[in-house]
Amino acid sequence: MIPELGHVALIIAFVLAIGLAVVPMWGSMRRDVAAMNMAPSLAVGVTVFVAVAFALLAVSFLQDDFSVAVVAANSNSLLPPIFKFSALWGNHEGSLLLWVLILAGWMTAVATFSRGLPLLMVSRVLSVMGMVAVGFLAFSLLTSNPFERLLPNTPLDGNDLNPLLQDPGLIIHPPLLYMGYVGLSVPFAFAIAALMGGRLDASWARWSRPWTNVAWGFLSLGIMLGSWWAYYELGWGGWWFWDPVENASFMPWLMGTALVHSLAVTEKRGVFRSWTVLLAIFAFSLSLLGTFLVRSGVLTSVHAFAADPERGLFILIFLALVVGGSLLLYALRAPSVASRVSYSGVSRESLLMINNLVFIVSTIVVLLGTLFPLIMDAFSLGKYSVGPPYFNAVFVPLMALVMPFMSVGPLSRWREDTTRRWLHELLVPGIGVLVVAIALAFLGSEGFNLWIALAVLLSGWVALGVFKDLWRRITTGAEGALKWRRLTPSFIGMAMAHLGFAAVVLGAVVVSQENQERDLRMAVGDVEALGAYRFELLSLGQQAGPNYLADQAVFEVRRDEKVIAVLVPEKRRYFASGQIMTEAAIDASLWRDLYIALGEPIGEQAWAVRLQYKPMVRWLWLGALMIGLGALVTAFDRRYRSQRSSESAIQRGVAAVAG
Amino acid sequence: MQAKKFIPLVAFAVLAGLLFRGLSIDPTDLPAARLGQPFPDFDQPELKSGRQISVSALAERPALVNVWATWCYSCRVEHPYLLALAEQGVPIYGLNYKDEPVKAREWLSQLGDPYQLNVVDVEGSVGLDLGVYGAPETYVLDATGRIAHRHVGVLDEAVFQRDFSRWFPMVAAAVVAADLKGVQ
Repeated sequence: MIPELGHVALIIAFVLAIGLAVVPMWGSMRRDVAAMNMAPSLAVGVTVFVAVAFALLAVSFLQDDFSVAVVAANSNSLLPPIFKFSALWGNHEGSLLLWVLILAGWMTAVATFSRGLPLLMVSRVLSVMGMVAVGFLAFSLLTSNPFERLLPNTPLDGNDLNPLLQDPGLIIHPPLLYMGYVGLSVPFAFAIAALMGGRLDASWARWSRPWTNVAWGFLSLGIMLGSWWAYYELGWGGWWFWDPVENASFMPWLMGTALVHSLAVTEKRGVFRSWTVLLAIFAFSLSLLGTFLVRSGVLTSVHAFAADPERGLFILIFLALVVGGSLLLYALRAPSVASRVSYSGVSRESLLMINNLVFIVSTIVVLLGTLFPLIMDAFSLGKYSVGPPYFNAVFVPLMALVMPFMSVGPLSRWREDTTRRWLHELLVPGIGVLVVAIALAFLGSEGFNLWIALAVLLSGWVALGVFKDLWRRITTGAEGALKWRRLTPSFIGMAMAHLGFAAVVLGAVVVSQENQERDLRMAVGDVEALGAYRFELLSLGQQAGPNYLADQAVFEVRRDEKVIAVLVPEKRRYFASGQIMTEAAIDASLWRDLYIALGEPIGEQAWAVRLQYKPMVRWLWLGALMIGLGALVTAFDRRYRSQRSSESAIQRGVAAVAG
Repeated sequence: MQAKKFIPLVAFAVLAGLLFRGLSIDPTDLPAARLGQPFPDFDQPELKSGRQISVSALAERPALVNVWATWCYSCRVEHPYLLALAEQGVPIYGLNYKDEPVKAREWLSQLGDPYQLNVVDVEGSVGLDLGVYGAPETYVLDATGRIAHRHVGVLDEAVFQRDFSRWFPMVAAAVVAADLKGVQ
């Protein structure tokens, strides 16, 4: 009964979504206030019924209702309850429902926080999001019904959740990632609404900016969690693989990075307007493309959900309608007159233009690498796979290219600036960073390392720009006192994100260059050294988990004869699937991780063991965390709040016209 | 209205066409022309011994040819099952695909070596002749040295029993399962 109720709730949500897609849009064409006013209620209605469907599916999972196909395929009676719950989104059907739930959540957020915006705008924005919801609800109901039953052949127990996914990181990674992915639908909807109204001005940019930043922040956090999970769960210490599915989330992030910066220019200076709209369309299109790549089976990947050409065709048609329709609208309605606002080649606008170009080129590079096998296949030129070497070779220089400008950007002036002023601001501290970079690079294990020198130089340079900007803001025009109050959330968020980016780059380069590893055979009592650390294998044992049996090895790690950690890596065998999983043991700290993973048993009393020393690997995720949180902080800027009250006057104006 | 504003739309149309074409291709399909053909000849070093070998080195048949690399993380998932199959007497030849031989040798010493021998294919040229899409892939070389079957992706118990067992009747399902327990 419960699954049937869930199915009905999903159908009701679908009908309401159609209402949302049609009625307010029609109202906005006819200036019918009553029809436009229905948008927020319809959005909330969709949310409520999707939430009910989601909750009922969760109940089916928690009650081990194996007559429901997705529960039987992805859960098991022995699974701990928290993983029964997260198993809901460990599969295609359930994760699609999560996708729709989060989309509905964003719609409700827009309906709630945009009361002060012109009704015409809000109703169009919500209506566009409603169209997206219609597409995905139809996708769920027609091709991927999560409530499908296995009757009368109900299995006695379920197949179990893939052990790789039985991990706390996987409980929150998909929801965060989807918050980002789907959140990009908000700036998309604002862009479409603005194109329809022909009003591509600074206020449109101001409205969509906080939404864009928040969505992009969540996307950053989601990607970070995915990378961290891969590091500790896959068992051999890698943190980024350029896998097609990783790329599917990375491309919207790259495009979103360009969008976040381009919106700043459009809001402050009213330039790049068509460009910004196009970026908003692209960013969400890449989200949809990612969904297509992951769920259609056109690319092979470990992450990919079960391939199904029918589903692929559905998403492709949907993709064609949404993206093709938006780009057609863009072609017809984007302002063709160049804006009259001018700026010189040496100005903040130009620097942000460089940011845009670099991130767009990066997106294209990743897109090409991801689709290359498909392209060659489509033209019958053979089957290819593109590995990490391609991505590293093209992506790393692009990031290195953008960093010199990152520190100048925030310090520079809008419209017109001089290189002399930039030199004056940054020359002396810049030389300081250079000296430090060269000195630090000699500290590596094998003498001078050019790559580390470059990474320290570039990251230090970016950090320097942030601190210089900070200093200028709290000291200028003052009688000595430091004016901390002057720091707006916008500035704090930007500073956090830029420092975070510097930390990610530094961590990535140092861990790639200075990583040490040894593959050994170790028996109880053996002591092995790695760098300054000594690892002793104390004992071997077995430990039963709720749904697995683990072989454990207990290691004591010493440095200078002092015990600094006891690490217990495991090799688990999961009962339901018989799958074998490596649980690495990690001693983490800010400056280095010690990482032990078990290989396989050699004889009776020994194991193949991999010991790894990973310097500064944490900086990757701490940096990404700062990027994500920084983006969220910017949304608290008062500028976005005060805007609303002044706009309600316009809303009254529209209402008066319509009435 | 300017023509250049249509550029994004046209670019997307091309991409959509490509994706549509992609849907009708199954990436796990072997080009039909290669099925039933003899295994392509090659002249490459062997991983452990370093001596040059050709297709005649793949002498024991029927056999599996497994395409793997240390950069491929599905291969790591697949590895214990290959060990179990080797234990059951299935001859497995490795094609170490676009990999660094040093890392590959480390991998085998750490995780165990299920392979009779390994063809080193740093450039991916053998893979190209064979039509390799990525790693892991597994081919069946029948008694006459022809390619009888291809599987893209992780080879596991279910796939083996469904698609591979007719060439290797000596492998009983229960035995492999029991053996897997030994490997863990």
